[in-house]
Amino acid sequence: MSTKPMGVVKEIRRGADSTVVVLSGDVDLHQSPTLHAALVEVAADRPKKLILNLGQVQYMDSSGVGTLVELLRRVNAYKGKLALVGLTDRVRSVFEITKLDKFFSIHATEDEAHAA
Amino acid sequence: MISSDTKSLPVVRSAVTRMAELEGFGEADARNVTWALDEALANVIKHGYAGRSDQPIRITLESVVSADGRSGLELSVRDYGRQVDPTTIRSRDLDEVRPGGLGVHIMRSVMDVVEYSCPPDGGMLLKMVKFASRVESVESAATEALP
Repeated sequence: MSTKPMGVVKEIRRGADSTVVVLSGDVDLHQSPTLHAALVEVAADRPKKLILNLGQVQYMDSSGVGTLVELLRRVNAYKGKLALVGLTDRVRSVFEITKLDKFFSIHATEDEAHAA
Repeated sequence: MISSDTKSLPVVRSAVTRMAELEGFGEADARNVTWALDEALANVIKHGYAGRSDQPIRITLESVVSADGRSGLELSVRDYGRQVDPTTIRSRDLDEVRPGGLGVHIMRSVMDVVEYSCPPDGGMLLKMVKFASRVESVESAATEALP
């Protein structure tokens, strides 16, 4: 099942065992509250595996990273798995400089994340 | 001067990236200057103005030169919101997995100078300086030398 786009959330695909959320654009202080609300709703369904496709995200600030950290805590709390895929160099550098890359499961593609 | 509306952020990012490019910054340096300013503005909006969107923020960009001759940009961010003791503004422990407190760490990581002060007439003044990285300066000069 697919959900209509909202803000930087371009697409949500819900499967039997996993949910994929595709983001695009700039994830900054302006967009983070909408993203946060959308991800809280997705996590409320407790998908076993939640995959965020960031391949079309051009920019992410600390509020965006903070939103994903909060999502990670929610998913960990119900013992699900969260995976980030398709990070551009620019977005990856946010995770590296904040040393948060070691706490996230990061993959090149959705297929790789599904297989992990 | 911009208002403390988060809708201003993408506009400022575009402008400062262009300004950095005009100063001869390479892609990575221009990206870092933009990132630092964006984080600074986000902090003003969130903490200085507690999320209010109609408050003034004055941004100035000035060309500077380092002692060893590299071009640079000095960015000033002036707000008129809540004052905070500059000695208490620091990044958090990065071993913790929690949101928040990362903006100052990012600014200090990517800029050469980050200095907060409390002007006597209220608010905060942030000055940041970035000098072009040596390797990127050479690349830029080499590109400019091409016919």
